[in-house]
Amino acid sequence: MAELVQILIAGLATGAIYALAAIGFTLVWQTSQTINFAQGEFVMLPAILVLVGTMTFGLPVWLALILGAAAFILLFGFGFKRLLVDQMITQGVLPLAFATMALSILMKESAKDFFSPEAQVFPSLAPAGNLELLGTAISWQNILVITVAFAAIGLLQWFVTRTRTGRQMQATAQNPYVALLLGIPVDRMILYTFLINAGLAAMASFLVSPIYLAKFSNGDVIGLSAFIAAIVGGFNQVRGALWGGLLVGVVDALAASYVSTSYRMAVPLVLLVIIILVKPEGLFGSKEERRV
Amino acid sequence: MSVIDTSGRPASRLGALVAGIDAALVTLLVGALVLWFLPVNMGRYGTYVLSLWLVTAVAAMGLNLILGYAGLKALCQAAFLGIGAYTTALLTKAGVPWIAAFGLSGLACFLVGIVIGFPALRVRAHYLGFVTLAFATVVWLIMRNEQWLTGGTFGLSNIPRPQVFGWSTDGALAFHRFVVGVTLVLALALWWLVRSPWGRAFLALRENPVRAASLGIDTRLYTLMAFAIGSAYGGFAGALYAPLVEFIDPSPFSLAASFFLVLMVICGGAGFMVGPFIGALLAVALPEWLRFTGGLYLLIFAASVLVLLILCPGGILGLGERALAALRRRS
Repeated sequence: MAELVQILIAGLATGAIYALAAIGFTLVWQTSQTINFAQGEFVMLPAILVLVGTMTFGLPVWLALILGAAAFILLFGFGFKRLLVDQMITQGVLPLAFATMALSILMKESAKDFFSPEAQVFPSLAPAGNLELLGTAISWQNILVITVAFAAIGLLQWFVTRTRTGRQMQATAQNPYVALLLGIPVDRMILYTFLINAGLAAMASFLVSPIYLAKFSNGDVIGLSAFIAAIVGGFNQVRGALWGGLLVGVVDALAASYVSTSYRMAVPLVLLVIIILVKPEGLFGSKEERRV
Repeated sequence: MSVIDTSGRPASRLGALVAGIDAALVTLLVGALVLWFLPVNMGRYGTYVLSLWLVTAVAAMGLNLILGYAGLKALCQAAFLGIGAYTTALLTKAGVPWIAAFGLSGLACFLVGIVIGFPALRVRAHYLGFVTLAFATVVWLIMRNEQWLTGGTFGLSNIPRPQVFGWSTDGALAFHRFVVGVTLVLALALWWLVRSPWGRAFLALRENPVRAASLGIDTRLYTLMAFAIGSAYGGFAGALYAPLVEFIDPSPFSLAASFFLVLMVICGGAGFMVGPFIGALLAVALPEWLRFTGGLYLLIFAASVLVLLILCPGGILGLGERALAALRRRS
């Protein structure tokens, strides 16, 4: 029993990371109707930037974290929208999706060639050790991950439903043309969405790297899991990404413990295929009308 | 014109295709002739890279049929390449003649393609991408984990080069010429298919599925067939790949490899007969030439693809076509 609880909590912690990354998929999807295949690398890179700060420039950890996050949001929030999305969206959404594939290779190879092909220890923001609670040991790292991820997602939900800017962003996501007619600065709202995406990715990166180590290939696993989470939850719903992420995290942890470690990746994939066959719009997704 | 340009003028596009097709045929025949004699002074490694280019192009040709002609977003071509490679390796190591293994590899991928294609009928558009992505990952996991069959991460070695009609293909040059021959046959078959009423049905499907259905095209059948035939080409490519490298392990058949194949088709020019050859040249041969840059060749490749996509979403042949159209307008 205690073992099961531990597995579930570890699963929730990884699931929370997947959810942070999966929200990025839904945000980009809502504003640009395209898939960002580099989303996994978006979670991989900020940790590498921080390590460049601490190891190459000898900055203190807190300063490296701030500068790393800021540089990442500038480059892959602002820059991603202005240099890639804005340039390519006029040519349709598919070339943009392919461009993000190339971007993912570029990010991965840059991290490998310019930083290190080896996995690096990333400073943990939580104290070492475990919290003993009712006979189960829960690591502080997992508690930190779950708390921060839920707080961030809660804050995001509050922001988009309760604030003026947030509602304008939602209107933009639902129908940019009507939003434009209503006088909403659509372009700026889309930019905010991309900045939030980069911010969440940086947060996920700082939370996951102490557990997984910072490595150029981290994006593969995280990106795929987050992608599955987004589909399972519903690609067009932020709420769906949250539940999808947690579900995939827990299923993944259970599969690793009770099925087989070598096929743990296959179990969420089977979940994915079942969802697509039974409810293609995802568990929490809303149906999209067929365009002719 | 490429798959991504969906705004389209289908009538003129079909016309342009018919007019352009004989140029494609001539290019294929002349190209095969040049490639037959080209590697005489290139050494073993240069010849190997040329052969690898053609084998990759066969896989890309299949994906081009799926993506470029039928407009289906499939992200699993490397998985079919892997299925073909492992099938051929296992069969030929067991003493089955290569020709039979080649046919069975294609058939296996054709059948698997039909099975994978069924969910695609239910959920078109980006969901096909999701299903194929899941499939590619599961295939890769099986290749890596089922050691009794695939050798796991240690792979399969000593894959024999084929004996075809008593003609040995052991040397690098002999095998290269063998690859040129098989590639030409496969390219001609695809060229014929695309020109046939089937190919026109694929195109109609890509441009506007609803309109295609209203014209009496059985969209379900053609969707499945485009996907299955394209997948079979992945299997054929695998059947050539295994004896070419003589050793296979799961790494070249990963999800990333499938993405690479998509990028090749897009860069070369989706929906063009010769597009996959250009795309594969960029992806296979260019990194070889860029080896002097040390480990940076993948990085340079990805960056150039990105720039190419931003400047010219129709791929290199799309760029050529645009330049031709501009010239024609001026005259």
